Amino acid sequence: MLGRNHVTFYESQPAQASGLLAWLHIDLPLLTSLILLSGVGLTVLYSAGDKELILLQKQLFRLGVGFVAMFALAQIHPANIRRWSPALYMIGILMLVSVIIFGEEGKGAQRWLDLGFIRFQPSEMFKLTLPMLIAWYLAEHRLPPNPSRLILAGLFTLLPVLLIAKQPDLGTALLVATAGAFALFLAGISWRVITAIGMLLAALGPVAWYFMHEYQRQRVLTFLNPESDPLGTGYHIIQSKIAIGSGGISGKGWLNGTQSHLEFLPERHTDFIFAVISEEFGLVGILALLSLYFFIIMRGLYIATQAQDTFGRILAGSLSLVFFVYLFVNAGMVTGLLPVVGVPLPLISYGGTSLVTILASFGMLMSIHTHKKLLPT
Amino acid sequence: MPQSSIKDYLHESQLFLGRAIASGTLVLVVLAILVGRLFYLQVESHEHYTTLSQDNRVKLEPLPPTRGLIYDRNGTILAQNLPAYSLEITPEKTKNLDLTIQELSAIIDINEDDINRFHQLRKQRRRFDSIPIRVRLEDEEVARIAVNRHRFSGVDVKASLLRDYPQGLETAHLLGYVGRINEQELQIIDTSNYRGTNFIGKNGVEKSYEGLLHGQVGLQQVEVNAKGRVLRVLESQSPQPGDNLHLFLDMDLQSTALEALGDYNGAVAAIDIETGGVLALVSKPGYDPNLFVEGISAKAYRELETSLDNPLFNRAIRGQYPPGSTVKPFIGLAGLEYNVVGYHQETYCPGYYQLPGKDHKYRDWKKWGHGKVDLERAIVESCDVYYYELARTLGIDKLHEYLSGFGFGEPTKVDLDGELSGLMPSREWKRQRRREPWYPGETLIVGIGQGYFLTTPLQLASATATLANKGHRIRPRVVHTIEHADGTEVESPKIIDDLHQLDPMHWEQVIHAMSQVVEGLRGTARSIQTDHYRIAGKTGTAQVFSVKQDEEYDEELIAKRKRDHALFIAFAPVEQPRIAIAVVVENGGHGGSVAAPIARKVMDRYLLGEEDAG
Repeated sequence: MLGRNHVTFYESQPAQASGLLAWLHIDLPLLTSLILLSGVGLTVLYSAGDKELILLQKQLFRLGVGFVAMFALAQIHPANIRRWSPALYMIGILMLVSVIIFGEEGKGAQRWLDLGFIRFQPSEMFKLTLPMLIAWYLAEHRLPPNPSRLILAGLFTLLPVLLIAKQPDLGTALLVATAGAFALFLAGISWRVITAIGMLLAALGPVAWYFMHEYQRQRVLTFLNPESDPLGTGYHIIQSKIAIGSGGISGKGWLNGTQSHLEFLPERHTDFIFAVISEEFGLVGILALLSLYFFIIMRGLYIATQAQDTFGRILAGSLSLVFFVYLFVNAGMVTGLLPVVGVPLPLISYGGTSLVTILASFGMLMSIHTHKKLLPT
Repeated sequence: MPQSSIKDYLHESQLFLGRAIASGTLVLVVLAILVGRLFYLQVESHEHYTTLSQDNRVKLEPLPPTRGLIYDRNGTILAQNLPAYSLEITPEKTKNLDLTIQELSAIIDINEDDINRFHQLRKQRRRFDSIPIRVRLEDEEVARIAVNRHRFSGVDVKASLLRDYPQGLETAHLLGYVGRINEQELQIIDTSNYRGTNFIGKNGVEKSYEGLLHGQVGLQQVEVNAKGRVLRVLESQSPQPGDNLHLFLDMDLQSTALEALGDYNGAVAAIDIETGGVLALVSKPGYDPNLFVEGISAKAYRELETSLDNPLFNRAIRGQYPPGSTVKPFIGLAGLEYNVVGYHQETYCPGYYQLPGKDHKYRDWKKWGHGKVDLERAIVESCDVYYYELARTLGIDKLHEYLSGFGFGEPTKVDLDGELSGLMPSREWKRQRRREPWYPGETLIVGIGQGYFLTTPLQLASATATLANKGHRIRPRVVHTIEHADGTEVESPKIIDDLHQLDPMHWEQVIHAMSQVVEGLRGTARSIQTDHYRIAGKTGTAQVFSVKQDEEYDEELIAKRKRDHALFIAFAPVEQPRIAIAVVVENGGHGGSVAAPIARKVMDRYLLGEEDAG
């Protein structure tokens, strides 16, 4: 009975509905919504970037690279992804260390690694390789993991997080940490442990404060009271709230946002593009956008539940949730719910590395979903 | 084994399903919070944020009106607005203010005064205001800044209209000047009308007619970006330019008077008898009013202020001088009017006068006396003894009453700010101000225009005009016509305050005596007699420094600044008077030899024109 259940599960897969899509290892709902989201992104970017076609061209190129990466990863069998996980993790750690030693400075922080042909942020790839490693490590044994494995998995998470925080890049460190945390959570660690870790983190807050950089502390303070510094760091949040609030229910219309077009809103085509959407398309527009995101996340979680093995489940689940964290941290920051942390709005903000990582993660999701064999009964 | 593997698999997959559902719930809850937040911002607080967004976007900008122009009677421009470029810095927008100034001074000339004034202005301005550091930039300087523009942030070259006085020091006291609005002025003015106006009339015509010259501010609603740059005008209401003023002043006459004063300090006031219009109003030395427009340097101001010549002082309406013998025609008239003397009734002048029962000798300027003198001779030769006697007979009360009718001791109410009233002493005045009774001896001194008696040059000219007009007293005025922006013109009112004279004969007699001052063989101003027209006048000498009893006044020995002031009043032509004039030459000595020729030059210019002058 149970076995039959499994068989039914597999037969209901949409991948088997179309021969071509199955052959390409594509998940149609995901692909459609991702393309839709990218289209929305380009439309908004046209407005937020003051009709600069150069920005659109560059973004289009990155999207192209991202989608190619997605297709490529979708072709790789999950077993191979799993096999390569520890090696990729090790390479990533080495890169992070070399960034700290040789890295180039940009905006006061060392994040970039110049490999001659390409400049990229190694921290970015940990959003993928960390869930991969945790999934690999925990899938070796029975779940839930025993305490010693749990502690080791925690250390695997902490190592890149600390290295990234040292650059310093709080936003990415936070995302990588949540990626690790979600992997552990999905692996089924007990609620007692989760509560204990939560309390430990709360206690570590003051300690973290002590190790923070001045600008990071300033951001936290400004978050608590943005009006205290209306021309300094609070300016972003105040102007962003004005943009969102003045958008109202139906918005000011595409290309008509005064906050963004008159340059009151800073970082409007990158981290604060969410405010531009809210201003120009109003609550209606932003609810439509959030629905699209919600659909993608839920599709990802669904794929995770349908995965064939533990590795696939944990990886697919973590990647979907990282995508969600991207969305929440960005939207939370722009609406003033969270402190200002440099996290882009996934697939919409102008910018390269994160866009490619995100699309690559969906490539892995597709791979997990489309490479399946019937279990031997 | 397979059994356990399946069991594990099922267990794990169920465990995972639970976690996935928990995660999904978390996502839903967090998104719900986010939507709640968006609802709060976009629906609940929508109005609040819309207002803030409008405040961000729309700025109300004042459009300052163009200040009215000032012309003389012949249309010569006296005050105008010239486009000028100034270099302005917004300190908050610079990276390093001191470094910026230092680098700028390598490109254009910025001296210490400029920098000091900049810092001074900075204290008065609000944050994010741009503050001028150099004004009246040369074209070349503007170009040099433009080339280096990219190197600086917070630095702007601004074009504006700057007040300019082409006649410079010649009209300095009369016109006054405009300067930056200060704290006290800010209290008085209608600040909404002065939004965008930086300058205000500080004195002279500029101050007295500030309300008309300034005009009405315009406003425009503009859309600005975050940097404050204006992107487009949404709505605008044009400013209404200030009124133009046409003065009675004759610039030729003004220049002539100033030039005629030569090396002396002093004042000349000339009045058009028919209208009361001020034809010339000179105070010497002057100063360059253009220096004040964009703020004079502290050093230059100190120099002006501490100069012994007191160039900032408007002698013509604020200088209070004893009128000396120039009051004699007026007191003579009083004698005739009150019927205490006849025109030909004689008094003996031994060279001094003594009050009955007193030893003190009141001297005549002529040591050996004039002998037998009637009123005509007393005016022509300026006999003091005759006037000591006349003043004593009249008494201070009648003197005060009669002379007040000519405007002595009170402001002429000319349309200029800051006029002083002079002093026509009386018993009342002395009791109040000095807490002393009036002494008879003081009446005698008033009779020769000395003692407490003080007049301003304009007062003297106005009294002379009244005399020439035979009691038809017209208030002196500077502005002839006010020209509104729409082209309509309004003449300034002619305000008349006639003397009630009983006998017209008395006017003729005194005027005849005054004409003999110039035409008579012993006239004290006979040197200025001319064939072209007839002049009636009176010389005067005002003591700066009193000579003690039994002491000689030796001009040579007395330091220049302690020498007497020379005065002269006159009108011409005698038959049909057109111009009345009062000249005060500080430390000039004798009225007849120093002050009268100055008056003659001015009258020549006015009555004969350019070709016959000199």
